[in-house]
Amino acid sequence: MKPFTAFESRLVPLPSNNIDTDQIIPARFLKTTSKEGLDKQLFCDWRYDAQGNPKPDFILNTPRGQNARILLAGDNFGCGSSREHAPWALTQFGFRAVISTSFADIFKGNSLKNSLLPIVVSHEIHTKLFALPEDAKVKVDLATQTLTLPDGERVEFPVDQFMKTCLLEGIDELGWILKQAPAIAAFEKARVGAINTGL
Amino acid sequence: MSGNPKTLSQKVWDAHVVHEEPGAPSLLYIDLHLVHEVTSPQAFQGLRDRGLKVRRPDLTIATTDHSIPTTDRSLPIVDPIAAKQVAQLEQNCRDFGIPCYGMHSEHQGIVHVIGPELGLTQPGMTVVCGDSHTATHGAVGALAFGIGTSEVENVLASQCLLQRPSKTFRVQVNGSLRTGVTAKDIILALIAQIGIGGGTGCVLEYSGPAIRALDMEGRMTVCNMSIEAGARAGMIAPDDTTFQYLHGRHFVPKGADWDAAVARWRKLPTDDSAKFDREVVINGDVLEPMITWGTNPGMGISINKPIPQPSSADDPLERESLAKALAYMGLEPGKPLAGHAVNVVFIGSCTNSRLSDLRSAAAILKGRKVNPNVRVMVVPGSMEVKRQAEAEGLPEIFRAAGCDWREPGCSMCIAMNGDQLQPGQYSVSTSNRNFEGRQGKGGRTFLASPLTAAASAITGVVTDVRTLL
Repeated sequence: MKPFTAFESRLVPLPSNNIDTDQIIPARFLKTTSKEGLDKQLFCDWRYDAQGNPKPDFILNTPRGQNARILLAGDNFGCGSSREHAPWALTQFGFRAVISTSFADIFKGNSLKNSLLPIVVSHEIHTKLFALPEDAKVKVDLATQTLTLPDGERVEFPVDQFMKTCLLEGIDELGWILKQAPAIAAFEKARVGAINTGL
Repeated sequence: MSGNPKTLSQKVWDAHVVHEEPGAPSLLYIDLHLVHEVTSPQAFQGLRDRGLKVRRPDLTIATTDHSIPTTDRSLPIVDPIAAKQVAQLEQNCRDFGIPCYGMHSEHQGIVHVIGPELGLTQPGMTVVCGDSHTATHGAVGALAFGIGTSEVENVLASQCLLQRPSKTFRVQVNGSLRTGVTAKDIILALIAQIGIGGGTGCVLEYSGPAIRALDMEGRMTVCNMSIEAGARAGMIAPDDTTFQYLHGRHFVPKGADWDAAVARWRKLPTDDSAKFDREVVINGDVLEPMITWGTNPGMGISINKPIPQPSSADDPLERESLAKALAYMGLEPGKPLAGHAVNVVFIGSCTNSRLSDLRSAAAILKGRKVNPNVRVMVVPGSMEVKRQAEAEGLPEIFRAAGCDWREPGCSMCIAMNGDQLQPGQYSVSTSNRNFEGRQGKGGRTFLASPLTAAASAITGVVTDVRTLL
């Protein structure tokens, strides 16, 4: 994993609550055995019409949706399924952070494992961000856990300290877990009542 | 009981902590890892890229459910992408030594149906699967939750996950359910009450007389949809109903081991003085059949109540979301949903595809005919459910009524396998999600119980089953 560095970007607003993972990437695209090529399927059914032509009024099809790194979404973003294809599609499209007032648990965990930063802000800041002009840029600094708004206001956001270290230093979670192999082996030795799926 | 009083979920959690250190999440041991074709291929590839093995293939089991057709199993899969995914799972299982109940296995089925059915999921276990409906297994008193593909890889490689404990949230359901009201109506009522994000960060524990009175399959229906309230997991303390259900199942301990296991499991229920972070109480006496009108499972109402007005919401974004849902669904607020025309009825999914679900639908359909404007698909949850239904003559009842009786799988719940709604069609579905396009692009879903689905199949409109009883 590449270390997560500070960046500045315009915002891509999607002002809907409860945007679920079936909207982020519809289930019919989950038949793939690869992680690649999912950017074209991001928000597919909002983005393209029945003939597969881009819908001109959908934000990702407008200049505002291009080359921006931050998605600004309504409450409870990423609810629904456990598909990691959702953060894969978002990052492949170019997003590095999603700002909302809350995130679904599994989506949040999946995002952090893919260097996509879920940023929780208050309703007040959320409303303020939606009201920013199109070309306004916001700075995201994970090290200081702050968003810097165009007027200079600095907004702190929470992040799990372990995941923060992993992101900033590019540490791979599985590598960390595998270092605990002796503790895992000791735990297994003391277990009773384990099943055996091979029987 | 020594030490601090604990909830059921805290007891299971504490018994599985492998390692803790300051600043890091807990390393939690996983007793059972269920694998399916959709969320695992990239995880197995990750193992290959790192040169890792599966640490505990004996605690891992795979099946195919999402991408496979529910038509004649002797025919090959027509969709080449789905065929490749299914073949990839079988290859991965061979390469890594994992038992696999593939498309032609007599044990194949929806992963959340076969786990309890085979006795794989047991009280006090930690159970994970790359699927958000893993909470289903909480019905036996397991701590069971959905994970993403990176975590699938972590569990394959280490049998562990890095986790922070969830908040505890008790859902007390008092009273007893009236005729025509089911486990599905309890969970739809809960989600309508606390909202689709109402359980975020929490493990729900369902308790109270109305929960105790449910059979195990009803409890699975309730726990299954915990994720639709945003909860990490849903659990029900094991009791005699649980033990009677599990006794004799294939993977459950036998003889003296069974007695020892039951003695351990009896210690799992929440201690009397344990405190929950949150609690809600639902009065089961007054529940009515529930149905969703909108585009998330929280948009549910009693079947004879009017569809809400967007103006009833305080928050402007919420008003906009309600209006958007009404526009997608082509519905007018202020009117009841009962009486609205239906094109398709789907009876199936990890929520409602077990024998008791099929029996309750068959009881309504017996001796009646499906409305000619409605296509009805009945999809059993597993090969075992199918065999049991056949032994009772249920397929004959369904076919005589005009329903399509199919092979086991996720089918039209997720519409990955060709079983799908056409744009604009309305379904009454016993599944768990009514998101835009969930059952097929442009399709519109009303979530309800098998009873409501069967009643609506007969009349051709959304119907309160109590009018047919």
